[in-house]
Amino acid sequence: MIQFFNVTKEYDKGVIALEDINLSINKGEFVFLVGPSGAGKSTFNRLIIREELPTQGQLMYEGKSILRMKKREVPYFRRKIGIVFQDFRLLSDRTVYENVAFALEAMAAPVSEVKYKVPQVLEMVGLDHKHDAFPQELSGGEQQRVAIARAIVNNPSLLIADEPTGNLDPDTSLEIMKLLNNINKRGTTIIMATHDKDIVNRMRKRVVVLNKGKIIRDVEKGGYTDEDQCHTLLF
Amino acid sequence: MKISAIRYSFRDAFRSFWRHFGITVASITTVAISLLILGFTLLLVLNSQYIAGFMESQVEINLFLREDISRQDARAFENKLTRIEGVELVEFIPKEDALKLMEDSYGKDVDITKALGGNNPLPDTYRVKVVDVELVPQVAATIEKYDEVESLRYGQDFVNRLINFTNWLRNAGLVVIVGILFASLFLITTTIRLTVFARKKEISIMKYVGATNLFIRAPFFLEGMMIGLIGALISVVILYLAYGTVVNYALSSVPFMPLITDKTLLYQIFGYLLLGGTFLGAMGSMIAVRKYLNV
Repeated sequence: MIQFFNVTKEYDKGVIALEDINLSINKGEFVFLVGPSGAGKSTFNRLIIREELPTQGQLMYEGKSILRMKKREVPYFRRKIGIVFQDFRLLSDRTVYENVAFALEAMAAPVSEVKYKVPQVLEMVGLDHKHDAFPQELSGGEQQRVAIARAIVNNPSLLIADEPTGNLDPDTSLEIMKLLNNINKRGTTIIMATHDKDIVNRMRKRVVVLNKGKIIRDVEKGGYTDEDQCHTLLF
Repeated sequence: MKISAIRYSFRDAFRSFWRHFGITVASITTVAISLLILGFTLLLVLNSQYIAGFMESQVEINLFLREDISRQDARAFENKLTRIEGVELVEFIPKEDALKLMEDSYGKDVDITKALGGNNPLPDTYRVKVVDVELVPQVAATIEKYDEVESLRYGQDFVNRLINFTNWLRNAGLVVIVGILFASLFLITTTIRLTVFARKKEISIMKYVGATNLFIRAPFFLEGMMIGLIGALISVVILYLAYGTVVNYALSSVPFMPLITDKTLLYQIFGYLLLGGTFLGAMGSMIAVRKYLNV
C-alpha cells in the first residue's frame, strides 16, 4: 500500500531528517514507528500525507507516486487518510458532534450522510452520550476518542496516529489502543508513531525503529528493547 | 462547487461571524472608521474643488467698445467674439442698460441722469465668458487687438493667483485622497486578518481532513464581505446624516458658498464606498487565508 524507495528528506539548513529509507507497508498492517525525538518519525508521516515532499527517492501510495501528484489532487488524496495528533486538535468552539461532522463537511458530504455517519462513529468510539459536550468539558481520553472519530468518520484506508497516547495516562492509553486495534481489525491500515515502550511491547505488532533518520530495525510482532536506546528518551 | 459545499460555506460564515463576535465588531468598526475618514476627505476635496471651479466660472472679461462705433457695428462685433477659440458665452450690454444698472445700484434717491446732465458717458459693453479660466489671458489678448475695442478688464492679478491656487488645491486633494485610500486599504486588510488568525487552527484541520482550498476560502470570503459591507453601510449612513447637517448649516449661514448638493454625485460616492468596503473585506480575508493555506 505504501512504499518508500531510497527516500531522503533534507531540510533547508542541511538537517537530514530521513536518510535512504526503504520500506513497504501492506494493506491492513498495524505499524509502530518508534525512536527518540528527532529520529524522523514526524517527517515520515508528513511525507505520507504529502505535507512535505522528499528531497530524493520515490514514494508510492496504492501504486501511485505521491511525488507526481498534482497540488489540486492533494485534498482528495488526504480524504483517504485519517490523522490523529498527540494534542487532539479539536475545535474548542464546536461540540463533539460538530467536531466530527467537520471532517465530512470539509469534503462537502451531503447532510444526510453527516446525520447518518456521525452518530454511528461516535457510538463506535464510545461517546454516543456526549454529542453536545464541548472538548474542554471532556477528559483527555475522551478528547482523543473524538479526534479518532473525526479521523475515521469517512472510512479512510489509512490512519496515521502521531503519539496519540502521549498526553494520556497508562490506563486511558490502553483504552485508546484497544480502539485503534478494533479499527485496524476492520481493515484500516494504521501507522502509529510513539514513545510508549509498554504499549509497543504489549501489542506485538510490526515495529519500525528509526534513529537519526535511518531505519535501524524492522521486525514483525516485535517489541521495543533497550537496544533501541529507549532509556535515552524523554517521556 | 457542490450545493452542500455552498450551504456549508454560508452556514460557516454566519457561525464565525457570531461566535467571534468581539473580533467581528472590532473589524466592522475599523472598516467603518476608515471609510468614514475616506468619505469625509473625499467630500471635503470634492467640495473645495467645486468651490474653486465656481470661482473660476465667475471670471469674465468686460470689454468696452469705442464710442464712435455704431450700434449696428457693435452688434456685428459679437460674431467676431464668438469665433475666438475658448469663448463660451458673449453678452452684449448696450450703454442704456449699463446706465440703468448703475442707477439701480445707487438707489432711488440719486438721479444719475440728471446729475450727468442728460448725457450717457458709459460705453457699450460686452461680457465674455471663457471655457477655462486658464485661457482668459490669451483670449483677452486676442480681443484687445480688435479696433472696435477701447479697453478691457478681467482682474489680471486675481485670475493668475486663482489659477495657481486651484491647481494647487487639485493636486493636494489628489495626494490626500490617494494617501488615505492606501491607509484604509492597509487598515481594513490588517483587521480582517485578525478574524482569520482567530481561525488558524480550523484552517489547518480542514487541510488535514482534505478540504479543497476553494472550500476553505469560501466562508472567509463571505465573512470578509459581510464585515466590509456592514462597516461601509455604517460609514455611509453617518456620512449621509453628517453631510446633510453641514450643508444645511452652511447654506443658512454662508448662503453665497457653493456646495455640492447634487444627489446623484453623493449617491455615486456612497455607492463606491459600499463597493470598496465589501471588496476590501473580501480581499483582506483572501490575503490572510492564503498565508495559512500552505499546510
